[in-house]
Amino acid sequence: MTISAEAPEDAASEAVRKFGITVEDYMLPARHQIQMVGPDGTLNPHTEQGTQPGHEYALPGDEELLAAYEQLVVGRRVNDQNSALVRQGRMAVYPSSHGQEACQVAAALCLSDGDWMFPTYRDSVAVMARGVDPVQTMTLFRGDWHGGYDPAKHKVGIQCTPLTTQLLHGVGVAHAAKLRGEDTVVLAMCGDGATSEGDFHEALNFAAVFHLPVVFFVQNNQYAISVPLAHQSVAPSLAHKAVGYGMAGERVDGNDMVALLAVLGRAVRLAREGSGPLLVEAHTYRMQAHTNADDATRYRQDSEVAQWVAKDPLSRMETYLTDRGLLDDERAAGIAEKAEAVATQLREGLSEEVPVEPQDLFKYVFSTPTPQLKEQSALLADELSREEAAK
Amino acid sequence: MSPTITTSSEANGNVSAATARAAAKAAVVAEQTGPQPITLAKALNTAMADAMHADPSVLVFGEDVGMLGGVFRITDGLTKTFGKDRCFDTPLAESGIVGMAVGMAMNGMRPVIEMQFDAFAYPAFEQIVSHVAKMHNRTKGTVKLPMVIRVPYAGGIGGVEHHCDSSEAYYAHTAGLKVFTPATVADGYRMLREAIDSDDPVMFMEPKKLYWSKDQVDLDALRAEHAENTARGTSSEGRAAVARPGTDATLIAYGPSVPTALAAAAAAAEEGRSLEVIDVRSIVPFDDETVCASVRKTGRAVVIAEAHGFASVASEIVARVQERCFHHLAAPIRRVTGFDVPYPAPKLEHYYLPGVDRILDAVDDLQWED
Repeated sequence: MTISAEAPEDAASEAVRKFGITVEDYMLPARHQIQMVGPDGTLNPHTEQGTQPGHEYALPGDEELLAAYEQLVVGRRVNDQNSALVRQGRMAVYPSSHGQEACQVAAALCLSDGDWMFPTYRDSVAVMARGVDPVQTMTLFRGDWHGGYDPAKHKVGIQCTPLTTQLLHGVGVAHAAKLRGEDTVVLAMCGDGATSEGDFHEALNFAAVFHLPVVFFVQNNQYAISVPLAHQSVAPSLAHKAVGYGMAGERVDGNDMVALLAVLGRAVRLAREGSGPLLVEAHTYRMQAHTNADDATRYRQDSEVAQWVAKDPLSRMETYLTDRGLLDDERAAGIAEKAEAVATQLREGLSEEVPVEPQDLFKYVFSTPTPQLKEQSALLADELSREEAAK
Repeated sequence: MSPTITTSSEANGNVSAATARAAAKAAVVAEQTGPQPITLAKALNTAMADAMHADPSVLVFGEDVGMLGGVFRITDGLTKTFGKDRCFDTPLAESGIVGMAVGMAMNGMRPVIEMQFDAFAYPAFEQIVSHVAKMHNRTKGTVKLPMVIRVPYAGGIGGVEHHCDSSEAYYAHTAGLKVFTPATVADGYRMLREAIDSDDPVMFMEPKKLYWSKDQVDLDALRAEHAENTARGTSSEGRAAVARPGTDATLIAYGPSVPTALAAAAAAAEEGRSLEVIDVRSIVPFDDETVCASVRKTGRAVVIAEAHGFASVASEIVARVQERCFHHLAAPIRRVTGFDVPYPAPKLEHYYLPGVDRILDAVDDLQWED
């Protein structure tokens, strides 16, 4: 196969033909962010969902919504439990996604088993929602190794701390899959501040030039530690950056679980069908500080935070599903129980004293340790055996 | 793998498009056996072509490596032979090239990527140091990155600024990277095949001033050697070579400095001094055994490298040899390296580069009278 081959009729040309719009209209995000369920939990009339020709979204099915709600409850519980574990000194640090759980859950649920996710350090809930064991996910923050799960087994990249470097890894995974004729889609995640990084640009451009099935998912939570979005970019929106690479961009209410499932679901489907890459910007808010080591009161007002409490993704979804008669007390109790079980698993797993193996320092630097590493390994072993003997 | 492949351009099988004369010439070349005068460039090109024939997961990409064949023509003919999916041009962005290679290696490919010049690899530094070097360790070996980053490096070609850096120390200092640098045509083939075979990432430092130097090399014999090594599970990886045996002092050099060291040894021989020349070949892993065996025998050593001396690979070699051979040394080990200045403009580079006279002066200083 030739990788540069044009798709028979991609989403852009279809939209151009169907709606009489230009390719630029198709690539530019809709004039307003896509929002299906408002902060009060009621479904917006179709005309107010932010859609326009070429940007139309179908309401996800009931089962999908309920599965998402369950993950949303679990995700919130995970965030709160992990923050508590940090306060108790059981974990060194935890960058919480409290308030961003709808983005986290949608990122995992929009993918099929054969797809890949490339998360950041704040995306632990997304990693768990993808099916990675919660305690393995938290190993990075527990401090006994730099990673706890096998990326290849779960098709989840390592939780990356150098910003946007992982987007390029996602591009490479997609490229390799495409060369083999596989229908893998890659969801590559980053935050608003990260869009200033050079690798953000390089990843989007490479994905576009090689026409790869990558969905770039930017969670715009308004802050890069302390620096607000206005200091990162003066573009009309981050989703507008897509058109500069020749790909379609879309903005979505990042606290609206329903809209996220619709927008990301469509992006993944289009990418799988050969549309090339897409960029989705979710408008959300980091409700807590960057990490426990950060003091958010130094750079933002409580009143601003309060505004976002009213837009909470969890209560919004709860109201919506209850009003629709999909969620009753019994079902809610069952979901809460599942969330509590995960919290217990985290408490127990992270309170456990896991012995570290000093020789692991040398074991994995290369497939086979070099003579120099063998020498250093022997040096440490000798040091430890003398310490042991002196006890 | 076809045994008749001699170079990618001759091996592309596109004989119908060539003139009858070119086809006849290719056939003659293909039938020739035994040592031929071959450039380092051709050896490297052949190594990539052979690896691509042997394994469909081997891919080559970078800037201008496709139809042009690379600015040094090292990838000449690969796109023609293997198609645009296997050897292709990327957008002009080195971090993108390395980062994409990481993802491809994570997903079953063996990328061999080209950084156009030493200093042009610096935009990719974060990918190399934070991911290429660390992925295996971070994942406890569950993710391997079998990738080769080819870097034309060092000077001596009258190049402009940013085209002549000796950047090997940056990579050698980074745990998790293998760093190879061939100094002979045969090693160009041998070591690049071994780098592509490696399950760990390799920084493959190619001395650009040696690209067009020729040796008598039997490519078929090298192919047979590679096949035999593969079958036996052996290789020359991580081993230094005695480039010229001697008894009075050891010159330790790598990459572009090996021919200079050999020239110095030849000149010293005329003055009655027998110098052994060690070609380091593999900076990481480093062959302490071969280097130290030579210094213990001769009792004197000079380390030669083009890179700046301060905090350099040459300094590391001096430290290692001193720690291991102190009681065999008749004199302090000397370094002949580039000065600690930015790589000079073309008209000044001959003052900067370690040359035969500077090496012989250092040898003269090794306390022969004591």
